[in-house]
Amino acid sequence: MLALLTFLPLAGALLIAFLPKQSESLLRLVALAVTVVTAGLGIALYLDFDPAKLGFQHEFTQPWFSLDGYDAPIPIAFHVGLDGISLLLVALTVVLMPLVVLSAYGHVHERVKEFLVWLLVMETGMLGVFVALDVVLFYFFWEVSLVPLYFLVGIWGGERRIYATIKFFLYTVAGSLVMLVGVLALLWNCGSASLPELFTLVAQRLDPLTQTWIFGAFALAFAIKVPLLPFHTWLADAHTEAPTSGSVLLAGVLLKMGTYGLLRFGIQLFPGVAIDAAPLFLALGAIGIVYGALLALAQQDLKRLIACSSVSHLGFVVLGLFALTGPAMRGALLQMINHGLSTGLLFLLVGMVYERTHTRDLARYGGIAKVMPVFALFFVFTVLSSAGLPGLNGFVGEYLILAGTFQVSPLWAALSVTGVIFGAVYLLMATRRVLFGPITNPENEHLVDLGAREIGLMLPLVALVIWIGVQPNALLSKCAPALERVIERVEGARLASASAAAPAEEIR
Amino acid sequence: MLWLLLFTPLVGCALCAALHFAALRARRAGSSEQAPRTLAGVIACAAMALALALSLHCWWTLAQGAQELELESSVWNWIDAGSFHVELSLVVDHLSSVMLLVITGVGFLIHVYSLGYMKHDPGFAKFFAYLNLFVFAMLILVLSSSLLGLFVGWEGVGLCSFLLIGFWYEKGWPAEAAQKAFVVNRVGDACFLLGSFLLLRLFGTLDLSDIAGANFHQLDGRSAEITLAALLLFGGACGKSAQFPLFTWLPDAMAGPTPVSALIHAATMVTAGVYLVLRLNPLFAAAPTVLFVIGVVGALTALIGASTALLQRDIKKVLAYSTVSQLGYMFLGLSAGAWAAALFHLVTHAFFKGLLFLGSGSVIHGMHDEQDMYKMGGLRKEMPRTFLTFFAGAAALSGLPLLSGFFSKDEILDKNFALGGFHWLLWGVGIASAALTAFYTWRMVALTFFGNARYDHHHVHPHESPAVMTVPLMILALLSLVGGALNLPHVLQDMGLLERWLEPVTRAGDELLARGAEHGVAPHHLADSSEWLLLGFGAALALFFAHRGYHAYKHGPERDETLRAGAPELARFLEGAWQIDRAYHERIVLPLRSGSEVLSRRIDQGGIDAAVNGAGRLTALLGGRLRVLNDGQVKHYALWMGAGAAALSLLWVVL
Repeated sequence: MLALLTFLPLAGALLIAFLPKQSESLLRLVALAVTVVTAGLGIALYLDFDPAKLGFQHEFTQPWFSLDGYDAPIPIAFHVGLDGISLLLVALTVVLMPLVVLSAYGHVHERVKEFLVWLLVMETGMLGVFVALDVVLFYFFWEVSLVPLYFLVGIWGGERRIYATIKFFLYTVAGSLVMLVGVLALLWNCGSASLPELFTLVAQRLDPLTQTWIFGAFALAFAIKVPLLPFHTWLADAHTEAPTSGSVLLAGVLLKMGTYGLLRFGIQLFPGVAIDAAPLFLALGAIGIVYGALLALAQQDLKRLIACSSVSHLGFVVLGLFALTGPAMRGALLQMINHGLSTGLLFLLVGMVYERTHTRDLARYGGIAKVMPVFALFFVFTVLSSAGLPGLNGFVGEYLILAGTFQVSPLWAALSVTGVIFGAVYLLMATRRVLFGPITNPENEHLVDLGAREIGLMLPLVALVIWIGVQPNALLSKCAPALERVIERVEGARLASASAAAPAEEIR
Repeated sequence: MLWLLLFTPLVGCALCAALHFAALRARRAGSSEQAPRTLAGVIACAAMALALALSLHCWWTLAQGAQELELESSVWNWIDAGSFHVELSLVVDHLSSVMLLVITGVGFLIHVYSLGYMKHDPGFAKFFAYLNLFVFAMLILVLSSSLLGLFVGWEGVGLCSFLLIGFWYEKGWPAEAAQKAFVVNRVGDACFLLGSFLLLRLFGTLDLSDIAGANFHQLDGRSAEITLAALLLFGGACGKSAQFPLFTWLPDAMAGPTPVSALIHAATMVTAGVYLVLRLNPLFAAAPTVLFVIGVVGALTALIGASTALLQRDIKKVLAYSTVSQLGYMFLGLSAGAWAAALFHLVTHAFFKGLLFLGSGSVIHGMHDEQDMYKMGGLRKEMPRTFLTFFAGAAALSGLPLLSGFFSKDEILDKNFALGGFHWLLWGVGIASAALTAFYTWRMVALTFFGNARYDHHHVHPHESPAVMTVPLMILALLSLVGGALNLPHVLQDMGLLERWLEPVTRAGDELLARGAEHGVAPHHLADSSEWLLLGFGAALALFFAHRGYHAYKHGPERDETLRAGAPELARFLEGAWQIDRAYHERIVLPLRSGSEVLSRRIDQGGIDAAVNGAGRLTALLGGRLRVLNDGQVKHYALWMGAGAAALSLLWVVL
């Protein structure tokens, strides 16, 4: 079932590859159908998921190949499974995809076939990353998801797309390579690639120093992907140049691969190292929150502004993860979903107004609310969701993160709270400059308001934003047991390191 | 039933919003949009009427039942995150029932008034959607059983305030004022959030009745945390209730339609901070330092507001600064532990300031959107009903004897006087501000309604407003006149009605204060003779300065010009609200703006990003020989990637 889910988009991509490229509407329809079916399958999995069960669900294992190890060959398998953590991210991915395909109707008019193929390949890559339970498989999907974005930005992007693409590609590849070293080190030292096995093997087979090195190798790749300060500079360029669909996926899902990695391969796999590294990550997260917000404040380009806001929002996620408390970690996972929804919506909206005005320069907007009242309604709604207005999704995540962090580190929490102020400043500033005031640019006087397709593709996200804001328990209850197990591992490592430093010496 | 009360305005909002878009569609199609507009107005007012009826029912139930009777709704399990969980329910107790009546009662009148005031506005239905949404949020604020639920309402009313200040967003400056209001409030909200984290740490819950009912005697060792938590919450209150140093958004908020100023920026939302302190009065009673801070802030705000109102030309600005000042009085009362007095002033202020704002709206309406009092004058003849009601409101605001404002302000000042010590100083500031209040109030009345007309007769034809606007004015005028009966002073009545009504809510706070008083300042009652004396003094002061204010301006604003010429520095200082807003602009806004520019250009682009690109270029330089390989084909890159990885891992193994 899970394997089917993962490869369904790839099958769709193959199908589209064999269709004639002139019949664009057929291509789009097929892509839409594939993503919708995938979404249906994903939602069925979501509903079927029983949080009370221990371990991974819908596990599927198919031996793949084996790698030479120190003692015995290390079997590598196509091993996938779902727990509460990956479940939410899979759900986010499958829900966003059809909307992304729909949004492409508005801005992709050239080489439609290739575009759709890459989109679907990317979906397989992203889903694979979240469901992979084999470290090598995880790395494989990690790389697979990288390539389509390279093309999406490089071919369908804006004016400086080549610069942005190369920068993004080299930067993340550099991270991936370091991670690959970590993957191989992990394999050879533990003799297994299976994540559930590794959870126990790591503590048994690896001394703390090796653990720290491998953690560092993984964490660097994830930090670039998140992106965590100071590795964030590729993001603004990539976002600014990416087509709307690319931006939505980049912000909505790809960045979450970084935070998911930090949670799964950082904290869960190396709880001991995570405890030691937590102060560093808390600091980077909190500083990132304020830094990203201040950056956003200075931007004149609307898309760049939202990209910078992502740095700030992802800072919240990292903060919540490394507070290592139950509420904060729940908040962090929830905020991954929230950011995907809110920022996804923001990029969709920016794309819609860009298709009409062909500018992202804030100075060339102004007074849009007058001519596009429906657009204004959605825009203000989304901004409020992003700014963490209670009753909408963002607030619950932010509050849990901050309240949970406050219990362990009041100072970083206090610094992060100022992000709440700055968030309001840049978001409302952008809103005012886009929507309000007199229409200063005569070209904007006759803009056409949103059409049915545009409204329709945003409605599911709007509904989710409200639903999560009002009933966050629906999601929290799905992921709570899985996160509790992560916390238990952390607490266990804390106890172990507290009770004795001596046994660690023995292993060496 | 409480859920019904809560959701009535929300449903009203949804319907009005739908009707707004229907009206827009009709306008675009060129057909008449009158039907959806009328329907929206009717629905919004009907929703308010129903809410008022339900609020009256709540009040009646409480009045009938025992003291402890509480109306509570079913529980909504909002957030469940293991050790942290929030359950929301709606509760009506004695405090919230009073707030309910103010919100729905004054709110209903203002809705009706708006039918007339907004009649010709293209955003008529949208306006009512926002107003209903506001009432919904305000109801959440006062009904919620949890601090986090209260915060939902707190932010919700802030949102509606934002939307309504920026209602005429096409003009630009209302949108800026709206943004300023939201951001300044967010500063307070950040304090509120931190305070809630501390409370969570102290009590392990955010349930309001649990916190208020906590055993503070056992928390003696943690008084520093309690003090900090109370201080942070008060910081939140400073934002919402426009207290020093966060009051600067409220005068700008006058950019919104006048009914909004009356409802949100005078009668209801801005009193949320007062409500918060009242709601958690035991927490504040357990933190005497914070009560002291509240007193200083309240007195200072009262003085800043009153002195700034002296020289304003814009009638709404006078009322705005007056509101800032009167809110300061409420906090002054809270600092003395005079809980009932603060609530009393909140209620009477809702009556007379709501009335004055609506009255000024009627004037502005009649003067074709003129707000400058220098260009008014003599309007009592053209607008007799507005004049009479405005007169009543002004009399109440300035504290003329026996009117509502007289009793409520007097009680706050008396309580401070009775405390003695430092509170005498606060009392002195309060009295001085009261004198200023009487002066600026009657200056405003004189400039607007007396003297000769200073407007251009050819272009402006002042007219009385329609009955849909003046009838609400009359009702509010009546309430402003007799509202003092709600809580008469001790010399007239053993225990005021409101004080007795509120007793179940404030008992815990009173006990804590009394306990603190055993080894500190004693809140003793004044002797009857001193109370009479203070009442008489207050009355004489108000009458004297009211007369001075009227007398100085009954012929026109020339006196202002004399002052501006004679003491330009002082005049500028007062007109600019002690230059606090300007200081913020120069010291915070501009540095933040340029700082973020520098951060973006120099540090981010010039530092971090340059380093990244530099590293890339260095690699390219080193790999210059291998340029043949850089043929732009990803499969080749992938190949090299694999090779590089292999090399690196080999390195790893060797090491």
